[in-house]
Amino acid sequence: MLFTGPTRSIITKIDEFLNKVSEAALILLPSVESYLQGDLEEYEVRVRQIEILEGQADTTSRDVETQMYTRSLIPENRGDVLGLLESTDNVIDTIKATLLLFSQETPTIPESLHSGFRNLAEACAQATESLVTAEHAFFRDVRMVHDLVHKVKFYEREADRISDHLKRSIFQTDLDLAEKIHLRYFATNVEKVSDAAEDASQRLSIYAIKRMV
Amino acid sequence: MELLLYLSSGLFLGWSLGANDAANVFGTAVGTRMLRFKTAALICSIFVVLGATISGSGATHTLGRLGAVNAIAGSFVVALSAALTVFWMTKLKLPVSTSQAIVGAIIGWNFYSHSVTNQQSLVTIVSTWIICPILSAAFAMALYAFLRRFLLTRKIHLLHLDNMTRVGLLLVGAFGSYSLGANNIANVMGVFVTANPFNDRVIAGLTISGSQQLFFLGGLAIAAGVFTYSDRVMKTVGGGLMKLSPLAAFVVVLSQSLVLFLFASERLEVFLASHGLPTIPLVPVSSSQAVVGAVIGIGLLKRGTGIRYRVLGEISLGWLSSPILAGVLSFFVLFFMDNVFEKQVYSQIEYRCGPKVIVELEQHGIGDPGLVILEDKTFKNPVDLRRELRDKTTLSTAQIDQAVKLSQLGNYRIDSKGIKRLERDGWLSSGQIEALELIEGNTYCYDWVLLRDLSEISKEWRLRPDIVVNKFWNDELREKQLLLLLIFAVSDNANN
Repeated sequence: MLFTGPTRSIITKIDEFLNKVSEAALILLPSVESYLQGDLEEYEVRVRQIEILEGQADTTSRDVETQMYTRSLIPENRGDVLGLLESTDNVIDTIKATLLLFSQETPTIPESLHSGFRNLAEACAQATESLVTAEHAFFRDVRMVHDLVHKVKFYEREADRISDHLKRSIFQTDLDLAEKIHLRYFATNVEKVSDAAEDASQRLSIYAIKRMV
Repeated sequence: MELLLYLSSGLFLGWSLGANDAANVFGTAVGTRMLRFKTAALICSIFVVLGATISGSGATHTLGRLGAVNAIAGSFVVALSAALTVFWMTKLKLPVSTSQAIVGAIIGWNFYSHSVTNQQSLVTIVSTWIICPILSAAFAMALYAFLRRFLLTRKIHLLHLDNMTRVGLLLVGAFGSYSLGANNIANVMGVFVTANPFNDRVIAGLTISGSQQLFFLGGLAIAAGVFTYSDRVMKTVGGGLMKLSPLAAFVVVLSQSLVLFLFASERLEVFLASHGLPTIPLVPVSSSQAVVGAVIGIGLLKRGTGIRYRVLGEISLGWLSSPILAGVLSFFVLFFMDNVFEKQVYSQIEYRCGPKVIVELEQHGIGDPGLVILEDKTFKNPVDLRRELRDKTTLSTAQIDQAVKLSQLGNYRIDSKGIKRLERDGWLSSGQIEALELIEGNTYCYDWVLLRDLSEISKEWRLRPDIVVNKFWNDELREKQLLLLLIFAVSDNANN
């Protein structure tokens, strides 16, 4: 069909962007796992991977933004789509920032808290994955968005619950107060990933309703 | 030189038409930012010029509505009044019907020249204001509801959908622009066809007739209107009345085109009838009214929350006032033209119910002893003749109408120059030209005698029985007859 070239290129770029976010979410859990196992070399490799993904995601979303404006595509939904990409970019930024913190501050995590950190990272990764699926649906099958956003909310609540439990466990250990506060800070930072996913999903919900009206 | 001056009002009318009516085809696309104004204006201009030049110069509707005005200065004033009215409405950002402004201006001329106004034209305008928006709104509601449901099930990517909508808007817009040029050019330039200053030209082996050049010029005037001033009305149609989504924008133009195609297409009616299918009743429609109706239809589907009723009120007032304003303006400008500039704004038509008319009436079974008393009397206008017929005879109103119609005097001389001109323009068939050649040199004082002679010589000059399948033939033949009368008319009265 007429003018499909630029459209296809933007669709590919949006899909690429979402795939990068999804990949980052998939890397989150093995990264935390290698840190907990004390395999810092493997951890640093993961951090570099996330940094590259984050950089690529940034470039791709900027490309999409430029092309949408220069070709005046989807004038009615352009603001929404770009807002959505921005808030999704925030999720990958948060993943990168959190993993970098581990690399920079190398907190000592007692074994009793490992499962808490692992579960928290898993819930955050799943919230992000569900967000990506919901965003794919926003572009192709808007009626599905509502159900998928519901999943994001579920995993975010799950992350909240795990984080709360983890923080309580931290303060029940015999560690120094400074160490306890340091570990709580890390729990809060990991949890921020699911918060970012939820923020993006809330926007997505509104945009989907706008498209359905 | 004088002709060029007269031509200027036609060009001004074309410019106004472009400035106002382009919004009907591209207003929603530009208003929803699916197309840039410049892109829309460029496509609209190209297709308007093509429509005007290719389809506009065919035999049907060549003369347009102004063909009824029988003096060139009168046509100038009527076109000028309609153009000024449409220009004023465009300035107010209101979409109005140019055709209705023209009809209004012609009614003004009728009043001034004591001609009879066809009551039907008034009924047509008023019913268009009501029926057309309702039909269009119903189409838009049904189409929008269907398309939304359909698209949700098809799971098309948002960007692909955007692309498809854009292409749809472009195609329907281009088609609409072509029709705009083809259907309206006659109103803009048709009246000058009989006094065309252009000669045939051969460019790259293609002969371009004088009338095609004239219509090309008119098309350019419309295109100039589109480029320079149409953004104002586009904003009203595309967003002022109601904020539209791109899909709604597409549905609006599609509904408008469908309503025009289904309810105003004589070709479709004839096609259906000739294939033994039931026909769709033809109703008066106008693209300006259809497009507003379609927007309102979508608004109503969304429970009327987004409609700006103030803008709707202004548009309705614009519809109401444009024919009235054009009529009043036309009347006063005609007065000035006639009395201050001393230009002939109408040809005095006289009426005489002479022996030929009485014989013809008798052949139609209409006879009355009172008719003989009137046979040597000449009347200055149809009103006086009608009054006399009512007083002196016992004829019914329909019979009086027929007697008045037959009594209209003219002066026609069939000369070789006129025949050659018609032959060159290619409007007539070879059989029709041959029939004309057989009566070359004859003069006539009644138009119906001329037409009767022609129909007796050739069946190609004969009206067919009044049924739907013959409608197209009859309409075209009537248009040709009118053209013939204009070309062979001589200014002095003959007395044969």
